[in-house]
This record gives sequence, structure tokens and C-alpha cells, in this order.
Amino acid sequence: MLRYILWRIAVMVPTLLIISALVFTIIELPPGDYFESYIAELRAQGEGVDMEQIESLRQQYGFDQPPLLRYVYWVGGMLQGDFGYSFEYELPVSEVVGDRLWLTILVSFFTIIFTWIIAFPIGIYAATNQYSWGDYGLSLVGLIGIAIPNFMLALILMYFANIWFGTSIGHLMDQKYLSEPMSWEKAKSILEHIWIPVIIVGAAGTAGMIRRLRANLLDELQKQYVVTARAKGLSRTRTLVKYPLRMALNFFISDIGSILPAIISGAEITAIVLSLETTGPMLIKALQSQDMYLAGSFLMFLAFLTVIGVLISDLALAVLDPRIRLQGRSTK
Amino acid sequence: MTSPIPAPGEPLPHYVSTAPFDPYSVEVMTEEQVRVNQASQLRLMWWKFKRHKVALVSGIFLAVLYGMILICEFLAPYNLHTRNMDFIYAPPQRVHFFHEGDFVGPFVYGRTMQLDMDTLKRNYTDNRADVQPIRFFCRGDSYRFWGLFESNLHLVCPAENGQMFLLGSDRLGRDVLSRIIYGARISLTIGLLGITVSFVLGIVIGGFAGYHGGVFDLVVQRLIEVLQSIPSIPLWLSLAAIMPATWSPIFIYLGITVILGLLDWTGLARAVRSKLLALREEDYVLAAQLMGAKSSRIIGRHLVPGFMSHLIATATISIPGMILGETALSFLGLGLRPPITSWGILLTEAKSVSVIAFYPWLLFPTIPVILVILAFNFLGDGLRDAADPYK
Repeated sequence: MLRYILWRIAVMVPTLLIISALVFTIIELPPGDYFESYIAELRAQGEGVDMEQIESLRQQYGFDQPPLLRYVYWVGGMLQGDFGYSFEYELPVSEVVGDRLWLTILVSFFTIIFTWIIAFPIGIYAATNQYSWGDYGLSLVGLIGIAIPNFMLALILMYFANIWFGTSIGHLMDQKYLSEPMSWEKAKSILEHIWIPVIIVGAAGTAGMIRRLRANLLDELQKQYVVTARAKGLSRTRTLVKYPLRMALNFFISDIGSILPAIISGAEITAIVLSLETTGPMLIKALQSQDMYLAGSFLMFLAFLTVIGVLISDLALAVLDPRIRLQGRSTK
Repeated sequence: MTSPIPAPGEPLPHYVSTAPFDPYSVEVMTEEQVRVNQASQLRLMWWKFKRHKVALVSGIFLAVLYGMILICEFLAPYNLHTRNMDFIYAPPQRVHFFHEGDFVGPFVYGRTMQLDMDTLKRNYTDNRADVQPIRFFCRGDSYRFWGLFESNLHLVCPAENGQMFLLGSDRLGRDVLSRIIYGARISLTIGLLGITVSFVLGIVIGGFAGYHGGVFDLVVQRLIEVLQSIPSIPLWLSLAAIMPATWSPIFIYLGITVILGLLDWTGLARAVRSKLLALREEDYVLAAQLMGAKSSRIIGRHLVPGFMSHLIATATISIPGMILGETALSFLGLGLRPPITSWGILLTEAKSVSVIAFYPWLLFPTIPVILVILAFNFLGDGLRDAADPYK
């Protein structure tokens, strides 16, 4: 088991390296850099531009050096916990990101829990009552959940929550707690606000998960051991819980790997519409103003999050299923 | 004592059929069975597909929609950019058939607008005396059909000097229905073009990785893993942000399709790779190799066609993701830009809560988005079931 864990962690290293190279290429690709757009902005406002200061900034951050060298600096810095400097906020990236990253993790975590709580019973019901009206109805609802664009759902929910509950549901907490340190009131305020993004982001993921759980469970239910167990007089529920469901659970956990990127993407868009204090809105701004270290570190964080998520799901699978421990990865 | 055998020429005591003996008579198939047995694979797939009624309906629905985008200039009552400054934010008009108890055919009532000076809201009231019959196959706004020739023939138009906003009008007094019809042209093709890009990439990369294996396969597998583990929307955002603002809208359109395709090929490549890993050990591949076929020919001519139907089904299911992706990008202002109009662009108009409160008809473009995505999902399901007719 220990060997498996070590091996899995070792595999993460090249993956993260490739991701960092990809992210760096993406943020390098647009022509020009932050300073150019900064100068243009200052000129547009009719202010004088201190070229000397900008030149010295450029040198300080190595913009006069070839991209490859900068990539090495960037990755090297990240390894030492230095994520670069945000030109827009004039703060180190880690300080700008800090809180937002935690909130993103929080929203993603709650969304996964929500998805599971909803998808699990519905998926089981749909599989055990195949082709019943309930199955058709739930499938349709699920499909509609996939089909409605996230941001539209966010807008519509926002509107109706405003009418029905009279609360403004944008943001992730009351504005007065924004710069305050963590306290019970702040936590309560976050919990009051978090359910809307969780529902919106979870809608699409839940539908997909119901479909996959149903398909997987149906495959298991048609196998002969189920017939044997039933023929030997095991009750329906006991048969279901004891064998096929356990097999389907495997897939449930391995699905974190594929559901997490989807949740984080969904959360980004929703966050922008609901103006949540997560990474989404800031990432877009950073991309648009070419605040490259901020954007790059954000993308890196998000990718790192998903890689960790996949790692956790793989390890959990290995604990549950010895076949995977001994053979490598599960086959979906 | 009588002999058990009758005398020669005498009839036998029991019945004997005089028909010639056919030893295969029990194996003779009925008409129906012959038909099934001799049907081509394509025909079998069609039969199987036909049984999935929802998929069939979805297929027809999509075919009609794609047919519509060929002639949307003719179908839309107004042009894409026709502004009616007198009818800004006009709510949808109802089509009536009876005027004061008399049947007059489809018509709308004329409207008068009053500006509420307190809220600056425009209030439209039906003018019951002003009956404006809707015209069919009529002359209206002139347009260049596909930029080729001038025409002004429309399927429906408002009455002379009248107006008709069946789905309301937007902040510039443009007809929402017409804009939805024009937007279909962009939104529906973006998915098709994107899937073409990802299809080609998936088959080529997945094909070579699966067929040759080795280092290339290892690299491709890592790449796929990486691409699948990065959240797609941030990646789309950053790629879309790369496109310079100076590009013409049509380049942006092509760029978006390429971006959508570039990030979507991984699933297809995986499917192709795992299929090829098994198929490359088959005897017919060895035969082709011995006859000196190049690997590109073996993959393209012998291996891929064997599971093409599966690939098409998989591709169909991933089109909705692209359509949604485009709406999301456009909604955030990183995708297409006006004057190119897609459903995503139309939804940007409904960006704020106040719009939903005051002008809810601007949300109408959501309905075609949902319908198209549902239809593609059902069609994909049906195709997947039909892909292997021998199962």
C-alpha cells in the first residue's frame, strides 16, 4: 500500500510539470505584457509615464529575459512558495489569492457533497426501477439540469430568491465580513449564502452522475451473481446493498477525478454572475489585464486542486478495492 | 397370415405425402427473417435507431433546425440589425385570430407607447381598433441572401407600416425572434466545426498512439491526463483572451471553434486508442502489413471504419458541451463579438437581474439552447444504441 501511495505521488510530479509548462505558454501567448497595457492606460488618462520606473520593474521581474528562463524562475519560485507578484494589486500573489482560494475549495467541497447526496438515491432508484415513470421523469429533469447554461440558472435563481426570500443572494458573505478575520458570524454568513452557488454548480454535475450511476448499476444488476443471490432467497434490498451497490461505489469515488474539473469550471462562471468572492472573477480580470503571474498562479492552483482531488480519489479507491492496488488504475 | 407389406401396386395403409422430400425444410426462413439476414449493416442500424422514438424525433428536429439556418434570411421577419426606435423593449405581441367576434386570420393589434416619466419605463398598450394582419410570403426588409444576391422576400412579415414582435424587442428595438433565428446560424455551426476539429485530432493522435504505442503513446497519455485535469472553463477563458482584439469577428468565430475543438479531442482520442490497442492484433491487420500498407492506410482504411459509428455517437454527445461553452464565453465577453450574433451574444443582453425583472422576454434565447442540447443528447443516446446492431 505504501509503495502504491509513493508511486502515485511520484506520478504527480511530471503531470504538474506539464501543466505548469502549458499554463506558462498560455499566459505568455498574448502579444505584449502587463506594462504595455499599463502604459497605455496611464497615457489614456493623460498622466505622465515614468519610463524609468517601469523599466526597472521590467528588469526586476525579468521581462527582458527570454521566456524559457522566466519559466524556470517562475517554477523555481513556486517551489519555494513564492508565487510572483501581482502588478494590478501591487501585492504578492499569495496575499491576493489567499482567502479566495479557500472559498473556492469550500464551494467545490460542498458541491461534491451536495451532488452525492442528491445523485446517490436517485441513481439507485432509477436503476432499480428501470423504464418506470420515475426513471423517465428523473432522467428528463437531470438532462434539463445539463442543458440549462449555468449562468442562466444563476441569474434566474438570483431573481426568484430576491422575490421569494427578499434577500440579495449575490456574494458569498455579507459585505461587512469581507476583510474581517474568520469568526462565527462570518462562518454563519458564508453558510447562509453558499447554498445558491452550490445548487447552481451542482445541477449539471448531479445530472451527469445520476446517469453514470444508473448505467453502472444496471450493468451490475444484470450479472449472474445477482440472479444467484436472489435465487438463493436473499431479499431484494439486501442483495442490492451487499453486492452491486458496492461495485457501483467504486465508480462513485473514482468519479471525483472527472467531476472536480467540471465543478471548478462551473463554479468560475457562476462566481462571475453571482459576484462571489472566489477565484473566478479575479482570474478573468487578471487574464484581461495580462497580470500574468496572478493569472498563471490561479490556473496553477486550480490545476493543483484537481490533481490533488484525483490523487485522493485514487487512494480511496485503492483502499476499497484491492484489485486496483495490485494492478494499477481502475478501468471505468 | 397376411404380410405387413401390401402387394406391389396396392396403396399403403397409411398416408404418404407425394411432395418431393426437402431435408432443409425446417431451416427455411420466413420472409421476415430473410430480410433481416440480408440487410446491410447500415440498414440494421437504421432499424435499431428507429426503435428509439425520442432519438428519432430529436434527429428530425435537428435536421429541420439545420435546414432552417440555410434560409434564415427568408424565415426571419426582420433583418438581424433592423432597429425600430419607436419600439424599444416592446413585450411580445400575441397573435389573434378573431377581431370582435369575426375571423380575420392571424393578426396583431397595433400599439401605442407611453413613457412613464417616474420610472422611465416604456408602457405599451394594445390599440384595439388597429388590426394589423400578418402577411405571408411577402416583401419586407431587403437582405443579401448569403451575401450573394439581393432579395426582400420573407416567410412572414408585419402589416404595411405595422410592427410584429412575437418574442418582443430589445434595447435597440430589434426583433428578438429574428435575432434568435439568425443566431442559430452561428450557434449551431460552432458545435459542428468544433467537433470536426476535435474529431480529426482525436482520430489522428489517438490512432497513432494506439497503433504504434511506445514513447509517443506515453506522451499522449500524459497529455490527455493533463488536459482532462485542468478545469475547462478557465482554460477556455485564457485561450480566448489570447485572441487579439483587432481580429475581425469572423476570425474570432473561427478561433473560438478551434479552441473548443482543441480542448475536446481527449475523450475521442482515448476511445480510439483503447479500441486500436485491441484491434491491431487482428489477423487482417497483419495481412495488410505484409502486403506493405503504410500505418496511416491501415489505421484510416482498415481500423477506424470498424468503429466509426461508435465515434460518431460519442461525437454527437459532446456537441452540446461546445454549444454551452460558446454561450458561456460569449456571455463573459470573451467569445464572439457583435455584429456576429449567436445565442450566447443574445443572452448577454439578459445579463442583469433587472432585465429579468422588467424585460423577461430577453431570456427567450435560452429555450432554443435547451432544446438543441436535449435533442443532441437524445440523438447521441439513440446513435450509441444503434452503433452496434449485432448486439
